[in-house]
Amino acid sequence: MGKPNDLVQGTLDLLILKTLRPEAMHGWAIAKRIQQISGEVLQVQQGSLYPALHRLEQQGWIRGKWQESETGRQAKFYALTAAGRKQLEAETANWNRLSAAINLIVSEA
Amino acid sequence: MRWWDRCTMTFRALFGRSAAGARLDDELGFHLDKQIAENIAAGMNVEAARYAAVRSFGNPALLREQTRASWSWGWLESLLHDVRYSVRTLWRAPGFSVMAIVVMALGIGANVALFTVVRGVLLKPLAFREPGQLFTLYEADSHHKGHNGNLPVAFGSFTAWQSATRSTVEMAAVSPWQDYNVSAEGGKLPEKVDVAWCSWNFFSELGVTPALGRDFTEAEDGPGAAATVVLTNSFWMRRYSGDPGIIGKSIWLDAKPYTVIGVLPPSFVFSSAFGGNTLQIWLPVKHEAPPSLLTTFEHHEFLVIARLSHGVTLPMLVDQLAALQKQIQISHAKPAVHDGATGHSMLDDSVENYKTPLYALLAATGCVLLIACMNVASLLVARTAARGKELAIRSALGGGMLRLMRERLMESLLLSAGGGALGLMLAWGALQWLARARGDMNRVEAIHIDGVVAAFTLGVIAFSALFSGLVAAFSSGGKRLLATLQESSRVHSGGTARAGLRRFLLVLQVGLTVVLLVGAGLLLKSFQRLRSSDVGVPVDNVLTMHVSLPEARYKEPVQQVAFLEQLIERVRAVPGVQAAGLASVAPGEGWNGDHAMTVVEHPPLRSNEVPDLLVRGAEPGYFAAIQLPLLRGRIFTRDERLERAHVVVISQSAARVLFPNEDPIGKHLRTTTEDTVFEVVGVVGDTLWNVNAPMMPTLYWPLYGNGYSVATIVVRATHDVESLALPVQKVVSQLDPDLPVSDVMTLREAIGKTTVDSEFDSLLVLAFAVIALLLAAAGLYGVLAYLVTQRTNEIGIRIALGAQRESVLRLMLADGLQPALIGLVVGLVASAVVVREIRSMLYDTEPLDPGVFAAVAAMLLAVAALACIVPAWRASRLNPMQALRME
Repeated sequence: MGKPNDLVQGTLDLLILKTLRPEAMHGWAIAKRIQQISGEVLQVQQGSLYPALHRLEQQGWIRGKWQESETGRQAKFYALTAAGRKQLEAETANWNRLSAAINLIVSEA
Repeated sequence: MRWWDRCTMTFRALFGRSAAGARLDDELGFHLDKQIAENIAAGMNVEAARYAAVRSFGNPALLREQTRASWSWGWLESLLHDVRYSVRTLWRAPGFSVMAIVVMALGIGANVALFTVVRGVLLKPLAFREPGQLFTLYEADSHHKGHNGNLPVAFGSFTAWQSATRSTVEMAAVSPWQDYNVSAEGGKLPEKVDVAWCSWNFFSELGVTPALGRDFTEAEDGPGAAATVVLTNSFWMRRYSGDPGIIGKSIWLDAKPYTVIGVLPPSFVFSSAFGGNTLQIWLPVKHEAPPSLLTTFEHHEFLVIARLSHGVTLPMLVDQLAALQKQIQISHAKPAVHDGATGHSMLDDSVENYKTPLYALLAATGCVLLIACMNVASLLVARTAARGKELAIRSALGGGMLRLMRERLMESLLLSAGGGALGLMLAWGALQWLARARGDMNRVEAIHIDGVVAAFTLGVIAFSALFSGLVAAFSSGGKRLLATLQESSRVHSGGTARAGLRRFLLVLQVGLTVVLLVGAGLLLKSFQRLRSSDVGVPVDNVLTMHVSLPEARYKEPVQQVAFLEQLIERVRAVPGVQAAGLASVAPGEGWNGDHAMTVVEHPPLRSNEVPDLLVRGAEPGYFAAIQLPLLRGRIFTRDERLERAHVVVISQSAARVLFPNEDPIGKHLRTTTEDTVFEVVGVVGDTLWNVNAPMMPTLYWPLYGNGYSVATIVVRATHDVESLALPVQKVVSQLDPDLPVSDVMTLREAIGKTTVDSEFDSLLVLAFAVIALLLAAAGLYGVLAYLVTQRTNEIGIRIALGAQRESVLRLMLADGLQPALIGLVVGLVASAVVVREIRSMLYDTEPLDPGVFAAVAAMLLAVAALACIVPAWRASRLNPMQALRME
């Protein structure tokens, strides 16, 4: 099972940005979504998630807004900004290049 | 938009920290609740669900910290934390903090003030166009040196120089020694003002454009031209209240009308080694100077200001002019014709006299700052030692070396910054005082606190903080962690190692203090010598004042003499006047002209061997009024005047120089320039022309009839001579209401004016030395007091075992005095080297004056003993039981 520590630095950023692409959501939902989509392989720990969210917010790639959650309680919803969308494209392209390269080496043997 | 978002984010993160913290807690709480809800949904009971959620959540405090760290102000936050912590620790020791800040403020304030002066006076370029290309040129002579080897230039030489270098150098002549009477007009008082003659191109050469009107044209700079005048801004503001209608109007100078054509900008100030910053009026030279002065090579009345084209250097120009001047000297072989030329940058010329004193003062303040830093460092080291346990525990718990060091530095930075702020205020006050006290100094108007000075202040603060902080930080060596933790009251070696560093600082401090004290001692001694130097006549209860007769109204010598004679008769009749006389200048009041003189009865001398005599005009009553003793022969009679005025009285030293081993009475002297012959009728005592300068042989000839239109009234009274100033001025205005009286002061004041430099320098250095001595004493006291506390137990044991109190006292005194003694030796050796640099500031005092050195050594030892005796005595009075119980 992948631990957050095993995530390549920067990969978490990519996962968060990708997860937020369709809609704004709060931290808990982001963690859950990553877990679900990865088929329970990737579990994002709070200890990494919230510093990452705040860092991305500082960078201006996502923007947090307090809204009423599905349970009626106030929660901080993060949405992708225009800059974040650009960053997502760049990081996706980067990731594709990197993973393709790694694949080439791994499948060689 | 993105940078805007980031800015608002950052600022919200910075200024809404507590609100942001609360929101973060909310966010994390929401997450936790979600986890709990999920756990319950998965079938756990409420309690277990909470535990599981919290467990998976990890350390919430750490998570909060990590998240906060991503708010880009993390470094600032930890800095603020350091500041808060340091402020709190300093606050807890207010005595220490106030002491340290005051010490730093003295050091920094003195440095900032002196730096501001040095920058304003010595370093700032002159406010002219391309000031680097401007040079002041002088004549020089291989046989006599004059004022630092700079001799004023004769107009004939100037003309020759100008035409020889016309293609590469623009030259203008300036004569800043003139004075004129401004007539009473429109209810204003008549006054005498300082005036300069200048070449018509002077202002355009400097790049100065008049604020109003225009400067001179070439045509106006000629004998037949209409009379024109350019006013300085301050004179225009003062006398004409800044009235722009003055342009084109006439003002009366020496009873002749002059048309005002321009007013100079306020920024224009001319200054030279020969003064100039009191000039009020500028006149074109060829219109004003008598024709003979414009062609002669023998009357030296001018400075030459040259603007060099790019590519021409000063040495090239000086070589060329020196060769030219040599030619002139060969073709006009008269004793008063000089055989060389020299020059400096215009800036150097105007500040030359202040260079050594100002740099000496700056060095003195530098020493004070170093001593202040060492004192604060020493205090910080003591605090570090006292907090040794705390620091050791913090290191043991994982406090990083750098982090702890940063705290030390932060403490010293806060102290330095506090000291700097206070110091800047001190400096500002000091500069205000200086501008008032030393208005006579060239370029004093250029002294301002500006950006560069502010930067310098910050630099000094940073230096002080680093110096004292690093010394303190390194002394807290974390290596002996275990030793410090184990150190208990029964082990007694701990403190001494650290005191070693403080002792070393103390040696340096005492050394620097000794250097300052020696410097101050020498300057004070020199000043004392200067004050007590005998000008040759009794100076108390003598009043002097100047009058000058405008030539336009008193054209004929007969008229001038009649006026002066009538004047002095009336002055003598004023009640309270014991005696009164007239002379061209009183003793100690300045150079006032010289002549080369040959003895008619002697074989002719080579031109460079002809002695130069100071020349004064005197009226017969002058010698009695000033109480100058007659040694041989007689003084002038009342009827030796006008065409019968060819008699002279010479001073004793002039008699020695001109007539070695023979009787001068009845011999004859001839001036080399006018070829007039004078008979020597008497010999009087010697006087000084300037108390700073060596005595000159002097000659007196009758004031009545040797072309004097200026005179100094000398009034002697038995007491309260100042009260006679008004009645005497009234006498003058009754005779001629247009005639201004100037420079009314007692002879003592007049002489005091020439010693003001020396007084100023010696008092300032003395002030710095006293500060240094106090700081060093405080340092000695602090170190010894600290050692005593550290060794309380040891001393207790010694006393309990039967040590005599006297021997304890002796032991502690020796401990404290040792660094003072080493410092004293170091300081005396250093002083012996350093004082050579201030030789030029000393009057009649040897740099290695044994009296001063001995006095300094004695004083330092006395102060050191005083500083040490208190803690040593306290140690010897310790109650052994109490000492041993003390933890």
